[in-house]
Amino acid sequence: MFVIGELINGMYRQVAAALASRDAAFVVQLARRQAAAGVDALDLNCGPLSKDPVADMRWLVEVIQKDVRLPLCLDSTKQAAIEAGLAVCKNKAIINSTTADDAKMKAYFELAKKKDADLIALTVDAKGVPQDKDRRLELAARIIEAAVGQDFEVSRLFLDPVLMPINVAQAQLFVILEVIRELKVLAPEARTLVGLSNISQGSRDRRWINRAFLLMAQALGLDAAILDPLDTDLMKTLVAGDLVLNRNIYCDAYFDAYLKAKK
Amino acid sequence: MADGLKHLEKWSLDVHVVRLGAKKGEGGSRGRVLEVGGEKTLPFLHEEAAVERRPLIAAEVYDVPDPDWPPALTQALAPLIKDPVAWAKASLKEADLVCLKLQGIHPEEGKTDRKAAVALTQKILKAVEVPVIVLGCNDGAADNDVLPAVSEATKGERLLFGDVVQENYKTITAACIADGHNIVAESPIDVNIAKQLNILLTDLGMPADRIVINPTIGALGYGMEYAYSIMERARTAALSGDTMMAMPFICFVGQEAWKTKEAKAATKEMPAWGDAAERGVMWEVVTALAMLQAGADILTMVHPQAMRIVRQAIDELMKR
Repeated sequence: MFVIGELINGMYRQVAAALASRDAAFVVQLARRQAAAGVDALDLNCGPLSKDPVADMRWLVEVIQKDVRLPLCLDSTKQAAIEAGLAVCKNKAIINSTTADDAKMKAYFELAKKKDADLIALTVDAKGVPQDKDRRLELAARIIEAAVGQDFEVSRLFLDPVLMPINVAQAQLFVILEVIRELKVLAPEARTLVGLSNISQGSRDRRWINRAFLLMAQALGLDAAILDPLDTDLMKTLVAGDLVLNRNIYCDAYFDAYLKAKK
Repeated sequence: MADGLKHLEKWSLDVHVVRLGAKKGEGGSRGRVLEVGGEKTLPFLHEEAAVERRPLIAAEVYDVPDPDWPPALTQALAPLIKDPVAWAKASLKEADLVCLKLQGIHPEEGKTDRKAAVALTQKILKAVEVPVIVLGCNDGAADNDVLPAVSEATKGERLLFGDVVQENYKTITAACIADGHNIVAESPIDVNIAKQLNILLTDLGMPADRIVINPTIGALGYGMEYAYSIMERARTAALSGDTMMAMPFICFVGQEAWKTKEAKAATKEMPAWGDAAERGVMWEVVTALAMLQAGADILTMVHPQAMRIVRQAIDELMKR
């Protein structure tokens, strides 16, 4: 499982404050803690309240790459902010994200190719988030088609079927699990990804819901997740899940082995 | 079809490169330094990735020769067998390096004491310019007593010491870390224990690129295919990104092959099996060839003719 740490996000009050006051020590420390918890990449998101997402993203990338060599996942709905991050990014980059809209895909495939970045693509379009399996798969197929058409390597694509909160769209979650399985048939080379915490947005005892969904999605072929790596039980579940699925060799110190492999 | 067999698999990790031997400027006295590992793909798939380092043949040299060896082997080694230093030197006609097995330190043998083991290793190091592998007798107490002394006496030579096992690794590993040597980590045909032992060794402070895995092999007819499966599993995990499995392999081919009934039975005892001398050599050769295909980086071998045949086979396999 490719793990992307979600904690550097302006949605969190402390991160928003650190962004506003340019508190580099705070975000670097958050990056380091996630790295020590065994992530493969760090998500950077200035949050919805950022007054200047372009400057904020540039600052985040510059400050964090001085300290951490992990790939950086530049997360914004604003293309200008992603471009600003890419322009200064020396680490490997992941663009988060394009939708399945033609104009947006065209721009982002170009950008990703030019900057040698991986790209996350959401199975949503201007009409919104699909409410059924077929529409999600249809949008995924359009994304793959566009990638091939624009000569973008499908293996550098993450397909995100977009998780809905359990207290909003409970019936959607099983559908999304099925989509994850079918995406692996539709485009085995592309990696599947979810933003895990979305599922428990606004609900109680969030961590149990995240853990339950992750394990099921993992069994159905999920390749990557944006998640809270400081939830140690979640990380241990994920590591043990890869053992159950025989994706990793068991040893008695399997969690230590996982962490060691990330160093 | 053949034209299409390109880039079948993209792997994400290379096997660690282990350096054997240190020259004068590096704190040792070796005239030649060797490297093993570094594979980017499964054995000899030249089309998939560059195969940069050839597997090495280490000549097994014993302080005390095995009394059960058949004439086919003892006759081939006859003038040398009582003089390990001369044996080591002569073996380099066919081998890349020397593997000294200190069988005589075993309490049941009682023929080599700590001082003699140190002296013998030093004499061999003086006599040859290549790196040397130093193996104990697989008796924990005896190995823990003798190998650290040999390690200290050869400090800086970057030799390869073995074996350590999950139940007994601390003493010898600590010595090898302190003296700058590499270590052989042995697991009983068990990929889980192989990985666990690598974790334990690195926890102790041994760098991952100074560990060589002994997966424990059997000769042809004696579990060779189990060893093959374990090595294949470990190597594919390594190439897929598991750093704790990404160590080169050493396979003790000679000692395993010449234990078998097929290598030992005399011609008149088993006339239907053919000439005993040829049979023993071929048993060692076939075992070695299978281990090469499983991913062996170092083969320890004992019969000069078997080494010659396997060396030629490696020459062929290394051709693109």
